[in-house]
Formats: sequence, structure tokens, C-alpha cells
Amino acid sequence: MGAQLRVYRRRMRSVKATKKITKAMELISASRIVKAQQKVWASTPYANELTRAVSALATYSSTDHPLTTAEEDPQRAAVLIISADRGMAGAYSNNAIKEGEQLATLLRERGLQVRPYLVGRKAVNYYKFRNRDVAGTWTGFSDSPTYEDAKEVADALIKAFLADASSEDFGIDEIHIIYTEFQSMMTQNPLAKRMLPLEVVETDAPIPTGLLPMYEFEPDANRVLDALLPRYIAARIFNAMLQSAASEHAARRRAMKSATDNADDLIKSLTRLANAARQAEITQEISEIVGGADALASASAGSE
Amino acid sequence: MAEGGALLGVELVTPEARVWSGQAKMVSARTVEGDLGVLPGHAPLFGVLVDGKVSIKDIDGTVTEFEVHGGFLSVSNNRVSILTESAN
Repeated sequence: MGAQLRVYRRRMRSVKATKKITKAMELISASRIVKAQQKVWASTPYANELTRAVSALATYSSTDHPLTTAEEDPQRAAVLIISADRGMAGAYSNNAIKEGEQLATLLRERGLQVRPYLVGRKAVNYYKFRNRDVAGTWTGFSDSPTYEDAKEVADALIKAFLADASSEDFGIDEIHIIYTEFQSMMTQNPLAKRMLPLEVVETDAPIPTGLLPMYEFEPDANRVLDALLPRYIAARIFNAMLQSAASEHAARRRAMKSATDNADDLIKSLTRLANAARQAEITQEISEIVGGADALASASAGSE
Repeated sequence: MAEGGALLGVELVTPEARVWSGQAKMVSARTVEGDLGVLPGHAPLFGVLVDGKVSIKDIDGTVTEFEVHGGFLSVSNNRVSILTESAN
């Protein structure tokens, strides 16, 4: 076998091995998107009920709760960025991180100090590489986050929020979240939202108008809000994590699909080159044989 | 019962799934202030739950009990929603 042909065959083998891996990752991601979507759906009833309750409470009660009132002179803002633990997902993590940078710039223009809270190894590495201060990091669950994970993050944020920002170092006045919204298999958008001070998000089902019931509170409105709001924040973080996980799988599937397609193209062109090289080798061998036979024939013709 | 024959629409949900949903005759739960029973026609209420049992008596009288871990109960217009972090 000629040297040229051997080189082509070797490259084809390596591309084929890579293709097998990317194809497998594509299939795994495709099946995980469905699971991740189901988790998003499973979490919606809770989020909807909670949103109903919070909006009802915000409408019917006139309590001043630290979680609902905006600081008059905000000092620091927390930015929670949800990224992936692993790469191979195209620009998924980068888009979220970039969205975070934009938000940070905006916040700095408003004169706020930005405290980054990071979820996912990609964001953590990005900040570590640039030697930036980080307020908190969580890794290891970006594929399939559980409510406990979300709660851990929420607890840390709420604790920092309730601390006095002007006197304590880790206190924060605003919480923003960056996550990737899962619109469809093909479209996922990085989004920045303010979580605290609260803007209650209305769901698709508006509260029925008409006579508003007077609620009784057990034990009292403030304590109910105390119990409710951290849950609301945790549920929103959980929902953001689940959507981000679905987006991550979708982004990975797309990246792996194009990698597989590229490998296919590469294999095709390498096959053509290898065929040409083989044919050239055969042609050369034939012409050598014919040349040799000619030389023998003319030599023996001369001797007779 | 204030409205005879009325039923409660009950939803027991956790962040990860909807655990129970349907029509019921009565719901009882333990709030921070003590045990609480909800019958159809109950006044609108928000209550904070403590760790303990929530029981739901459905239309044919069977009682289902759930062990809840913290949470929250709201009642309005014969609609009861129980939000808890875990239930089984």
C-alpha cells in the first residue's frame, strides 16, 4: 500500500471514530431533552400555584416585607448565572456568560457593585481564568438539577439579600438571574431577569376579577410572606435551572449533530482522495509492469 | 357545609410533581397554629404548614394521607392548594 493511501486511510479511521462519539452524544442529548422538558412541565403546577398565591397576597395584603420593598439607595447587586458543567454544547454557556457581562455593565453604569453567583463549571472557569471575585459557586448538577440544588442557591441568595448591604460585606440589594429560556428544540434564548426586589410574574391564568375575597392569615400576613417568598424564589430558580438544563441538552444535540454532519462530509472527501490515490497507485503499477514487459520483450527480441 | 353538596378542588403540589389533584370533601392539615380542617365553603385563607400529615378525604370517602415537609396552604372559592417541598 502506498504511503499516500495509508495516510488517507488513517485519517478516515480517526474521523470515523470521532463521528461515532458525536453521533452517540447527539442521541443521548436528544433523549435527555425530552426528559428535561418533562421535568419543566412537572414543575409548572407548583410554580403556577405559588405565583397565584404570591400575587394574591401582594394584591390583598398591604404588608411591608423586606423581600418586596426596593432599597432606596442600592449598593450591590447579585447576578446569578446558570451555565453548563460540560462543554460540547456550542455557544450555550458562552451566551449565558456574555448576557451576564452585559447585565454587569448595565448595573455598573447604575453605580452598583456586581456580585457574581455562578452555577455550572463553565461559568466558574470563565471567572477563575480572569481572576475575578466570585460570591458563590455551585457545580455538578447542570444536567438534571433537583429542587434541593435550587433551594441551596436560593437560600444563599436570600441570606445575602436579607443582610444589610450597607454594613455587611456580603449583603446585596438586588438579585438578577441569567438563564437560558427553552423556547423550542431549535430556539433557546439567554435571558436576564430581576428576581428581587420582587416583580411578581403573572402566569397565563389571570386572577378572576370581581369581588376580591378577604383572606385570613394563619398566623399573620407577614409570617405567611416570610414562608412564601423564599419558596417563590427557590421555585423560580428551580424553573430557570430546569429550562437551562433543557436548553443545554438541545444546544449539545445541535452542536453534536453538526459535528456528525461535518464528519460525514470529511469522510466523503477523504474517501474520494483515497480512491484517487489507490487508482493512481494501480495505474503506476500497471505502467511499471507494462514497461518492464516491454523492456524484456525488446531485450529478448534483440538476442534472437 | 355552607353550600350543600359542594366539593373542594384540591391540588397538592411539590416542585417536582403534582402529587394529588381532584375533588374532595374535606382537607385537614397542621398549620403553625394547630390542626386545621377545611370543608367546602371555607373562608379564604393562607396558612403556613409545619412538618406533619395532610389528609384528603375524597368524594367516595376514602382518606389519603401525605407526610408533608413544610409548606403552605391556600383556600379560596372552594379551591384548596397545598404547596410543599416534599410529600409522600
